[in-house]
Formats: sequence, C-alpha cells, structure tokens
Amino acid sequence: MTETMTHPSLKADIAPAAATRPMIEIRNVDKVFGNFRALDTLNASIREGEFFSLLGPSGCGKTTLLRMIGGFDEPTSGEILIGGQDMAGKPPNLRPTNMVFQSYAIFPHLNVSENIAYGLKRLKLGRSEEEKRVKEALAQVELSNLGPRMGNQLSGGQRQRVALARALVMRPKVLLLDEPLSALDKNLREQMQVELRHLQRQIGITFVLVTHDQYEALSMSDRIAVMFSGQIAQIAEPKEIYQNPATRKVADFLGGMNFLTASELAVDGRQFRATLPGIGAITGHLSGKEITDPASAIIGIRPERLRIVWEGETADHIVTARVVDRNYYGEMTSLMVAIDGQAEEISVVETNDFGADDIPVGSVIRITYDRDAFIIMQG
Amino acid sequence: MPTSAPTMPAARAGSRTPGSRWLQTEAGKGWVTISPPLIYALLLLIGPIIVIVANSFWSQDYLTIDRSFTLENYKAALTEPIYRDLLFRSLFVSVTVAFVTVILAYPVAWFVSFRGGRYKGLWLFIITVPFWSGYLLRILSWKVILGYKGVLNETLLYLGVIAEPLSSLIYNVNAAIITLAHSWAAFAILPLFVSLEKLDRSLLEAAADLGDGPVRRFLRITLPLTAPGIIAALMIVMIPTVGDYVTPKLVGGKDGVMIANAIQVQFGKASNWPLGAALAVSTMVIVTMVAGAIVLLIAGLKRLVK
Amino acid sequence: MRPGALSRRLLAAYVIVYVAILYFPVLLLPVFSFNDSATPKLPLVGFTTKWYASLAGNEAMHGAAWNSLIVGVSAALLSTVLGICAARAMTRHRFRGMAAASSVIMAPLILPEIIIAISLLVVLLGLGVQLSLLTVILGHLLICVPYSVTVLVSGFEGFDPSMEEASRDLGETGFGTLRRVTLPMLAPSIVSSLLVTFTISLDEFILAFFLSGTEPTLPVYIWGQLRFAAKLPNVLALGSILIAASLLMLTAAELFRRRAERKMELRP
Repeated sequence: MTETMTHPSLKADIAPAAATRPMIEIRNVDKVFGNFRALDTLNASIREGEFFSLLGPSGCGKTTLLRMIGGFDEPTSGEILIGGQDMAGKPPNLRPTNMVFQSYAIFPHLNVSENIAYGLKRLKLGRSEEEKRVKEALAQVELSNLGPRMGNQLSGGQRQRVALARALVMRPKVLLLDEPLSALDKNLREQMQVELRHLQRQIGITFVLVTHDQYEALSMSDRIAVMFSGQIAQIAEPKEIYQNPATRKVADFLGGMNFLTASELAVDGRQFRATLPGIGAITGHLSGKEITDPASAIIGIRPERLRIVWEGETADHIVTARVVDRNYYGEMTSLMVAIDGQAEEISVVETNDFGADDIPVGSVIRITYDRDAFIIMQG
Repeated sequence: MPTSAPTMPAARAGSRTPGSRWLQTEAGKGWVTISPPLIYALLLLIGPIIVIVANSFWSQDYLTIDRSFTLENYKAALTEPIYRDLLFRSLFVSVTVAFVTVILAYPVAWFVSFRGGRYKGLWLFIITVPFWSGYLLRILSWKVILGYKGVLNETLLYLGVIAEPLSSLIYNVNAAIITLAHSWAAFAILPLFVSLEKLDRSLLEAAADLGDGPVRRFLRITLPLTAPGIIAALMIVMIPTVGDYVTPKLVGGKDGVMIANAIQVQFGKASNWPLGAALAVSTMVIVTMVAGAIVLLIAGLKRLVK
Repeated sequence: MRPGALSRRLLAAYVIVYVAILYFPVLLLPVFSFNDSATPKLPLVGFTTKWYASLAGNEAMHGAAWNSLIVGVSAALLSTVLGICAARAMTRHRFRGMAAASSVIMAPLILPEIIIAISLLVVLLGLGVQLSLLTVILGHLLICVPYSVTVLVSGFEGFDPSMEEASRDLGETGFGTLRRVTLPMLAPSIVSSLLVTFTISLDEFILAFFLSGTEPTLPVYIWGQLRFAAKLPNVLALGSILIAASLLMLTAAELFRRRAERKMELRP
C-alpha cells in the first residue's frame, strides 16, 4: 500500500503543471446495483485545473460517479485514476480529493472554526499553523467573524461556505461538489455561482461539480459531461454543448429546441444537406461531432435563432407561419407557430422591443433564420 | 504519464480474497455490523426456544429426560380439562385486554396526534411513563384498590352507593382484565400514535373537499389508513399478556389463574419440563393463530368500509 | 357553541380522565407508604416516615438493591453497545435479510416474558450454568436490546449519514470518525438508551424471578416480602422509592432525547 503517497498531508504539495494534463481518468467504469446498471462503461478524462460539470437529470448516475471519485463507492469494474494513480480500494481519507456534500454535512456539535479544522487535526500541523490555515480559509469564504458560531446555528448560505472552506483547507488536488447550490434560493444561488467560479480560478485546482441545472453548468464550467441513464452522451465546452448538442436528448435537456421534419437528409464529409418541407433546402456543419447513423439523424434549430420579419423588412429566407399560441415572459415572448409541411409546432422566442407580445393568436407572420443556425443531431 | 502506468487488474483482484471483498460490499458491512446483537439473540433467544420446542416432544421420568419422540405432552396440554380451561381463559383474557386497551387508547392517540400541537412529545412522555415504572407495584396497587377492604369499596361505602363491601371486585377474571388493561394502556398508545402521525393530513382535507363530514372522514380515511397501527397495538398487547404471570397470581385468585401459572408450576414445583414446554409452545401457537385471525378480520372490515 | 366544539371538549375531558386513571394506581401506593397504619386502607390515619426509616437497617433489602444496581448497570451498558450495532446496521446499511435479522433482535419486545424466561432457564440449567446475577444480566440483555435499538435508531436517523462521509473525506479513519463524529452526535441518544434500559432492568420481575438463583434483585425481593402481610408497609415504601427513581431516570432520558433532537435540528 503506497499510503505515504496520498497521505492528506501531501495534498498540499502538488506542483502546478500544464493545464491539459489529465487529473482524473475514468476508464470503462461500470456500476451495477443488483440488476440495475447505474453506470455503463464510462470513459472521461478531467484536466488539471479545470472546472468540470456532470450534468443530467436525477437518477442518471452523476452523483454515483462523483462518489466513486471521492471513494464513497467502488466501481463494479473499470478504474479511476487521480493524478495518474489507481484509486481502487482507497478509502476517502486516503484520496487527494475533498467533497462539498449536498446537505453540507456541517458537524452540528462543533463550531465553524472547529468544523474547518476537523481534517487539519489529523495532520498534526501544530497549533499556530492550524489556526493560520483556519483563519485563511474563513477569510477565503468571507466568514471571518463567524468562527465561534456553532454548526447548527448557520443559514443555508453560511453552511455552504463552511463546507467549502472545510474542504479547501485540506488543499486537495480535486474538489468534488455534489449539487452544492440546490438548497439555496434563487438569488443566493446565482451569487454563489459567480463566487464559486472566481474561487476556482483563484486556487486553480480541479473542481468537479454535479448539477441538474443546465444554466448552472453552462455558466460555471470549462467543460460539461451530459449524462443520461448511466451513460455519458457528450463531453464538451458549454458553448459547444448548447449550440451543437450531439443528440436529441442533450439538446432537449439544455433548453428549448425545435426538431424539424426533413424530406431529405444527407451527410457529406463534415457537411450536411437537408430539405425541410415548408422551410426549404438548408446546409450546415457537423462541427466537432460524428454522426454514426445518418438514417436516424435529426435537424433542429434553437427558438432564439428564428426571428420575426416585421412589416417593411426583408430577409433572404422567408417562411410563413401561423401563430397558434403565445406565452409572455416579461422581456420576451414565445410564439408557437405552425408551418405547412412541418409535423411539430415550432417555437420562436422574440424580445418584446418590437411588439412580439401583441401578435394575436391565429395571425400569419413571416419568420427567418440564420444560415448557420441549423444543427444535426443523433436521434 | 497517464498511459505509461500499466494497470494490472488481475494482480489487484488477486490481492483481495473473495471474503474480504464481500466484507466491503453493502451487504457485508451490514451483516458485520448487525452480527453482535444478532448472534446474541440467536444464541440466547432463538436457540433456547428451539430447545423448548424439542423438550415439548420428550418426556420426563422423575429427574431423567427421555429423548424419544412423543406427543403425550401435547395430548395432556390440549385435552386435560385443567390445561385446556387455562389456555382458553388466558386467550380470552389477552384478546379482551387487547381490544379494550386499543379501543380506549385510540381516542387518546388521536388527540395527541391531531390536537397535541407543540406538546406531542410531552403528552406521549406523560402517557407512557407509568408503563415503565413499578410493574409489581402497579399490580399490587390494584389489589389495594379492588380488595374487600380496598379503596374502591371504602369509597363506595362512604358515598353510600353500596351498603356493604363488594367481594366480586377482586380474585376473578375481571380483576385480571382490569389490571392488565391498565398495565398495557400506555404501551398501546405508541403504535397507534405512530400510524396516526404517518397519516397525510391532506387526505382528510381532500375527503372534506369531496363532501365527507368528520364522522365519515374518520371511518373512510383515518380508520382504514391506521389499520396497521391498530393491528400492531392489538398484537403488542395481546401476545405478551397471554403469558402474564404476576397479575393472575396477585389479583386473579382461583378463578383468574392463567396458563403462565401452570407453566411456572411445571418448571418449578412439579418439575415436568416437557409438559411445561408443551404448554408454552401450545400457548404461542394458539395465540399466533388468533393473531392471524384478527389480522384477517381487520383486513376484511377494511374492505367493507369504502 | 360552534358545532364540533362540544365533541372537542368531550375528547379533552376523556383524555384527562384517561391519564388520571393511568396515574392513579402508580401514585396511590406512595400515599399509603406515608400512612401510619399497618394495612393500606382508607381512611388515612396519619403521616409517618417510619416505613422508610425501617428500610435503612434492612440488610436483605440492601443486598437486593446492590444486586439490582449491578444487573441494571451491566444490562444498560451491554444492551446499549449491542443496540448501537443493531441501530447502525438498520439505518445505515441496506441488505437482504435485514428485516429478518432485525425481527429476531426485536422479538423479545412482543414475546411473553415467561417464554423467554423458561427457554433460557432450561438451556442454562442444561448446560450446567449456576443461576446467579450473571444469568439475570443475560436475560435482561435480551429484553433491553430492543428498547435500546428503538432509542438509538431515532438517534441515527436524526443525523445525516454524510456527516460520517465528510469525516472520512477530511482524512479521518473509521475509528476516528466513530470517536469524533458518530459518538458525539449520538451522545444524547446513548445516555437516553442507558437510562431507559437501566429503568427496565430495575423494574423487571419475571426474568429475574426465574433466573436469579439465591441472589434476588429488588423486584424479586419485594415479591418474597408480599407473603408477609406485616411487611406490606415496608414494601410500599421501597416500591415508592423505586417508582420515584424510575420517574427521575425516565425524565432525564426524555430530556436527553429532546436535546438530541434539538442538536440535530438545523436553524433555517
């Protein structure tokens, strides 16, 4: 057992290296609970210093994967490497990772300082060093005056900060965050998203975040892995995930997407061509992804990439559509329109600056699209 | 670095035996954790009960045990009038006590659960405390209350309700039933309270919304949904009371003797262990059958009120 | 009067009468124990503490009290240790057979004590074990563990399992986690379990009656004294002391249980 290599006291002594070196490697990881396959041959590589999110609906296996990285669960088969070392059989206390739990798990019988010093106590740093580190950690999360407050007398946001400080004070190579913001109300959550992102940039260690909130993942992450039923559907940067989802499921999970009926669809090299009834012939790029089965591929467009052509305006591609429903969202209006030849109703999101909120249901409007807005996805 | 370190799954698997691997699983950890109390209960409860069952099929000649199989003890236990009567009486007492206790306790449990508010815990504490204190003394106390010159008779005399002391208050089955019902009243509250607490209050609101008044709501929602608690309360009173020893001895008199007294005699003075064992096993089997019948009965009643 | 208000009052009155009847027999004997009469009957004749005073020089009673103390403390400590194991397994692990295992452990809760008593008696005598305080402890352990489990299960349920995971995550070992997180968090429940099981053991009669041999516990001693009508006032005094002790310990247990609840509670 190479216990000395990963003793927590050495967590601090990681020299910063090239940002592209893999910090965590997940190789063919399976997890089976009885007859249920929770994780199915997962492969992923998380880089050093990266803010990496595991995004998916509840029950998709994202938390199971995070817990395996932290050592709270063992894979049924496959391996997980952290910093190049196989973690098989290593309990959480011998891994260079620390976790912020969904419930925060703040020890209610200890005060804030004691909570933060909990792990340091085992490192036998000496009293002054320990106090110094606790003080720094408190300052880092802006809780300097709360040190003596007991663990069960904190608000949700404060507990979240203590949990963060308690993990970071251990100077882990990797910080694991299990839905850390889901218990907070909307305003605090948005504020904490910004703070977490800043903190990660400032410390420079790898963060792995589990979340079911697509906006949280999009706004905070360097890269996102989207998971469905135990499988990773796509790993990419936020912009790519949103603008060029690999599959129909990914597209759906990350906000509204119009799926279009195509009478003809062909993939040719890195290009695709399609004829969309009622809209016309279009072309597009595959971008970074592969379409393994063109027969089941599907064409889509995000609602905000469709625009209304107002009276007196002209555009290259004009499609006439009938408004069947209208939903008002304050600064925006979403129109559901029917286009002849298209099987599904199509959603158009328009700002209210020009009076989209006044368009009556039943009226016929003209819409247009950006040439590069069409996306091809695996069905 | 990542690819240059070859991993050897075979070697890794070999370093851990299947046994130690099992200990790492959820089931393994669970069994290891539960094993000290489990082994204790198996050795000192289940083992001895098996021995008692075995004993009931043996016979005893003065001090030596003959281990050849016989049903003589059961024949005696179930056909000899003295034992048969004791068995029936014990059963009658325990079933009566169970129903009386649960019927009297239900409104109290309902009150604590629905009207207890902030003081639910305090109410529950106040009600259950007598159960834990002075088992012998409580029974003795009933003897003092129900006796010929007891508190009840004296009070009734003083109030002029009766002209001379009633001798029918103590040393009969009724005295045993009253004493046992009092002993177990507090305990019966607990399962009833738990099942009432689990009852989703919005179900009652929904029933009210759909036109049911308080009585119908109680009969159609509360009662059926707390049936598990009622069953649990009946069992938790009925099964232990069937084997009560002290109450019949102190307040039951000659007419209130129960099966436990006969069992004790066989393990004490009479020293016929096999017969005592057969009496004990018969009691448990019969009380289990009655318990099963009650469960079925309540399930049937539940289907009736819809 | 509003419809329903009457039934509310009736119910409240019923509950009060119910509780009064529950306590009446428990509190009646202490009243007689201060009564200056050799038999417990109405009307009361005068206040005295002589029945209590005469207990002071009663060697046999002191022996029984000492025996009860030994049995009670041992049963409380051991059943709480076993209870911690069982409660932990029941709340922290999910495995096949758990329901069966826990029903075996909880069975003494519902079995008639006489069945437990004779089963143990037959086996112990069969193995040639001398009846002693040890055999009483063995029996009391059986009936105390289920109560201990009940108290501790709510203790375990009250605290988030990720507390223990957090401790492991912060570098602590399994044993260290037990010492620094699990036990401090469970402390009020553990104290509550100790007090409740001690009270049960102190009060228990049937198992002690069958298993105690020549060393009686207090209830067995009291049972022996009941044959002598003249000793009844002393028995009442002793019984009153026992009831008072039980009430005190149960109240303390309840206070600790509440403290446990408050400790787990998170202020919003």
